[in-house]
Amino acid sequence: MEISAVKIAVCVKRVADMDVRFRIGADNLSLDQAGLKFDINDFDAWAVEAALQLKEKHEGSEVTVISLGPDVVQETIRKALSMGADRGIQLKVDTVPFDGLAIAKALAEELKVGTYDLIFFGKMSPDSSNGVVGPMAAEILGLPCVTAISSLEIANGKGTAKRELEGAQEIVEFPLPAVLTVDEGLNTARYPSLKGIMAAKKKPLEVKAAQLPEPQLKVRKLELPAERKAGRIVGEGAAAVAELVTLLQTEAKVL
Amino acid sequence: MANVFAFVESRGTDIRKVGFEAVTAARMLADKSGGEVHALIIGPPGISGKANQLGQYGAEVVIVVEHAALANYNPEAVTATAAERIKSGGYRAAIFSTSAQGRDLAPRVAARLGVSVVTDVVSFEVEGDTVVVRHPMNIGKVIATIAISVTPAVLAMRPNVISPAKNAKAGRVENAQPAIDPSTSRVTVTETRQGGAGKLDLAEAPVVIAGGRGLKAAENFKLVEDLASAFGNAAVGATRAVTDDGWRPHSDQIGQTGRLVSPDLYIAVGISGAVQHLAGMRTSKTIVAVNKDKDAPIFKVADYGIVGDVFEVIPALTAAVIEAKKHH
Repeated sequence: MEISAVKIAVCVKRVADMDVRFRIGADNLSLDQAGLKFDINDFDAWAVEAALQLKEKHEGSEVTVISLGPDVVQETIRKALSMGADRGIQLKVDTVPFDGLAIAKALAEELKVGTYDLIFFGKMSPDSSNGVVGPMAAEILGLPCVTAISSLEIANGKGTAKRELEGAQEIVEFPLPAVLTVDEGLNTARYPSLKGIMAAKKKPLEVKAAQLPEPQLKVRKLELPAERKAGRIVGEGAAAVAELVTLLQTEAKVL
Repeated sequence: MANVFAFVESRGTDIRKVGFEAVTAARMLADKSGGEVHALIIGPPGISGKANQLGQYGAEVVIVVEHAALANYNPEAVTATAAERIKSGGYRAAIFSTSAQGRDLAPRVAARLGVSVVTDVVSFEVEGDTVVVRHPMNIGKVIATIAISVTPAVLAMRPNVISPAKNAKAGRVENAQPAIDPSTSRVTVTETRQGGAGKLDLAEAPVVIAGGRGLKAAENFKLVEDLASAFGNAAVGATRAVTDDGWRPHSDQIGQTGRLVSPDLYIAVGISGAVQHLAGMRTSKTIVAVNKDKDAPIFKVADYGIVGDVFEVIPALTAAVIEAKKHH
């Protein structure tokens, strides 16, 4: 049976590469940005990929990429456009707050006018590590929501997804329109092709002023965690096992 | 007026360990500010039989919602029921768990109440009307102290940071109905597929044995499985390289994009210690690493390291653990 076109939004975040030693700014409230490299959040890249795969299956579909933030998020939107999304929207604010409800409200203002069939989010971003924006936006929009999906099928206006739980899986059915947040394992994100990168430059990217409500959460302090105290090499090869076991029993008391 | 709400996670008719942790956390919070703990548990017929345990962990009131259509998690019915109870109860704080279910539920409930939420909370303090929490960010490389000044303060605790503690209170049971008919939910969990019977979960196991590329092939994970069985209370995890190669399911991945674990004992088998992996396990209480490369970064976070071939060291360790358990 022929399945009709789907109108899809994907909300993406620009995040720092985590493979660095972070430094806290002089205000103790922000991270020193010097030397940080930024890219699209991995979970959001998988969300873009999920949207593109649906677009390829359902002729006439359209994928809109939305990012909240200052002008630098346009790079992140262009990345998604170079993967194959059709158009972008920057919701312009000076800084992205920690408060997920404030972010969800600002995004929902834009999402509600788009009449999307599906709205994708990554399940979390590694920087704030809070993972709440997708389900909060769904709640504000009054839409069905399935979080942290690792498989997805859409047919005849209905969807089926799988969620990984601790030692179990849930199979979930939902009607469209819906909000979905994406876990690892759903797909592998494509790399933008050269042709895609060229095409992305000509795709529409709209900039809109956004309103962030007063945050209810206040970051008081950022700090680096205590370093683990230096460990030691017990020995080499199987000969070291006896001493390791003794240490686990007498010193660490875990055996 | 300063009562604290706890959502008690269950699966089928069993209370999950994080459920007892949530009640314990709520008890701690209530004790800091003077107030009662009201615990909500939702599930299929039979769940009420477990409710009396929650008084043991410090709940004055246990609200039991039992319904035949709630054998699987029902996000919309559970959200509506929890939100309605929190609203009518006038709680100063609501405690959830940062589990797969809690990560789904807590933001929905908070948004329904029009308040923010902090997940993955590792500790909290009470300062007058403000709850101040600590929350790891940037894959655990930065710790944020966050003030929640809105009421109710909604927070989801990281599993395994608060041990369930007995602190007996009245545990008066109140039976209640779901706030909406579960059969009217738009989102329906049609099936919950259990993993291996009796298999310990990574987030809950006191011991985690994780394998990496150093094991060279999927079938060699048997070494890790054998060591886990020797402990008897261990779960098996893997690095992203291994799950990407399909040696283990994605759900076993420990790291930045996978599971966060902080067991009493973590044993890294043939794992080099990429940043993305360390992000998922660096808060483990004791870390042991076995790797043939003495310069592997895993040794920088390990309390105890053995430099050597995992194919020799791990079978020897397995035998030694079996022996040690015998004499215990």
